Amino acid sequence: MPDCTETLQELYEYLDGELTDDKRQHIEQHLNDCSPCYEAFDFEAELRMVIRRRCAETVPDGLRQRIARALDLPD
Amino acid sequence: MADQANFAEQAMPFMGPLYAAAMRMTRNPADAEDLLQETYLRAYRGFGGFQEGTNIKAWLYRILTNTFINIYRAKQRRPDETDLDEVEDLYLYRRLGGLEAASLGRSAEEELMDFFTDAEVKEAVEALPEQFRLAVILADVEGFAYKEIAEILDIPIGTVMSRLHRGRKALQKRLYGFAVSRGLADAANDPNSTAAVAPGGAADG
Repeated sequence: MPDCTETLQELYEYLDGELTDDKRQHIEQHLNDCSPCYEAFDFEAELRMVIRRRCAETVPDGLRQRIARALDLPD
Repeated sequence: MADQANFAEQAMPFMGPLYAAAMRMTRNPADAEDLLQETYLRAYRGFGGFQEGTNIKAWLYRILTNTFINIYRAKQRRPDETDLDEVEDLYLYRRLGGLEAASLGRSAEEELMDFFTDAEVKEAVEALPEQFRLAVILADVEGFAYKEIAEILDIPIGTVMSRLHRGRKALQKRLYGFAVSRGLADAANDPNSTAAVAPGGAADG
């Protein structure tokens, strides 16, 4: 099983879904047994969700119409 | 080969996320609108070359990114090659991790939502130098895989990973600045502040 240092090194690849199943399972085993690492992972995962939600935008109606009109033009 | 008649049905559902990405890239609504319209025009004209059944989202983001780079790099005349300071891993967690755990009955996400406003998160993303900003937008806001980002930006996967790693840390450092300036975090508790014990070997004279 990976130690804390090895686990934290894999943090982003784990959260990004980029680890192989094997490595992923090893990390999860460590997280089950190690609450400090689990908290760090959880914090980063939550932060990612906050960033995603905070960066949402509503497309202005005028722009939607402008694009639709531009694409309707015959070639 | 894709049929032009299917373009609207396939491409229009991505307008919201593409617009959000365009806003973070250009940093202002007028340029974001122009960029999005130009992206859709180019995509429409090039749709014949799109392989039906492959990833249309990644294809649209590649056009968006290339259009952004073509138009705005030309405007800027010089690509943004600013580098980033070294920032330690888990920068924000080491400073705010204890605070968000302090109040019971709320998830860490709810706490973090309170720490940062929309405007602060957007500003922190937009402050990143271009090459880091693009990688962070594609991964953290849009949820693309490393391989897709490598294809969209036309860079090796290792470069994607290092830009993400450094871009994310810089983003966290900036977010922490907002938390401190609003009194949500105490800079005196910062592990790197002058009040704290200096770690050995940190000074380089």
